[in-house]
Amino acid sequence: MSEAAATSMAPSDGVTGLVDDWAADKQTYHVPWGKAMMWIFLVSDTFIFTCFLTGYLNVRMTTTQPWPPQSEIFALSFGGAPIPLILIAIMTFVLITSSGTMALAVNYGYRRDKFRTIVFICATAFFGATFVGMQAYEWSKLILEEGVRPWGNPFGAPQFGSVFFMVTGFHGLHVSAGVIYLLWVARRIWAGYYDKKGFEIVEIAGLYWHFVDLVWVFIFAFFYLL
Amino acid sequence: MASSSDTAGQQHPLGIYYQIWILLFVVSAASYAVDYFDVQGAMRWTLVIVFMLVKAGFIIAIFMHAFWERLALVLTILGPPGVLLILIAFMAVEGDYTTEARFDYMGHDRDAVALTPAEVHGTGGEHGEEEAH
Repeated sequence: MSEAAATSMAPSDGVTGLVDDWAADKQTYHVPWGKAMMWIFLVSDTFIFTCFLTGYLNVRMTTTQPWPPQSEIFALSFGGAPIPLILIAIMTFVLITSSGTMALAVNYGYRRDKFRTIVFICATAFFGATFVGMQAYEWSKLILEEGVRPWGNPFGAPQFGSVFFMVTGFHGLHVSAGVIYLLWVARRIWAGYYDKKGFEIVEIAGLYWHFVDLVWVFIFAFFYLL
Repeated sequence: MASSSDTAGQQHPLGIYYQIWILLFVVSAASYAVDYFDVQGAMRWTLVIVFMLVKAGFIIAIFMHAFWERLALVLTILGPPGVLLILIAFMAVEGDYTTEARFDYMGHDRDAVALTPAEVHGTGGEHGEEEAH
């Protein structure tokens, strides 16, 4: 679409462009340096989360004790019969909603619509904080009511607790850090810090936020559903 | 629209974000439905993993703009994590070996069944005996 947005130093696309970018003896990535660095950070974060999930794969395969029934453990009752996994489903929808508002914030940032950008960044941070709050509820329910510990639980394989606290804890830490990061960015936009610099910062913060959502997609599938 | 300092930015029509947003909702609802309607076995694995890959693909391609980035950046993002597939394959093979050895030579019970919260807490699903753990 708006490929003209790429810099004039980057003429051709596709494989020819790839060779040009790497072989031209100059800057390889035609994006702002902050964005390139955020991508490289996210690639390294991908390795961390993949190592966690691969460790989970290995302990889940090798434990000979039965794996606890996630669907029922994460069920929630609103007065009636418990609805399976409903809390996690709501958390998933909250995080997707926050990803959508973040995409809008990035878009309005490039339109230089500061007011809407700040509103949508704050909405994203709000949904992120909601997610963390629900996770705190989930953790306290599991620890206090179900007696799940990192070293054991009443349902089955003790690795369930280790994986749960490790993986969702590390993800929740990312969401919490993201909320702080977003609010910090919103404050700096408000203060006019980026008026001359340009609004790539919103896209860079957005990359981080979408990544957090992306990790949740995998956790939701592998830890909660399978 | 853009000053000279931010010409490298990703600017796209809002419509595509709304479409992907709705799509992510629908696919998430579909993967939740897999659990809600208690689909099991190979069908569960297939559906959950397909929905997961669809969601991940659209988040990376559209929300993170990878679809519009130059190939040099896209391959930097997707290439190294691709290597992790080898790690996953190795650990799966190793895990399979370990678990079979435990069943075949160490006397672990192949037919053990997990407890549900209702069984742990007594029939009503009310809590009461978690102190034992």
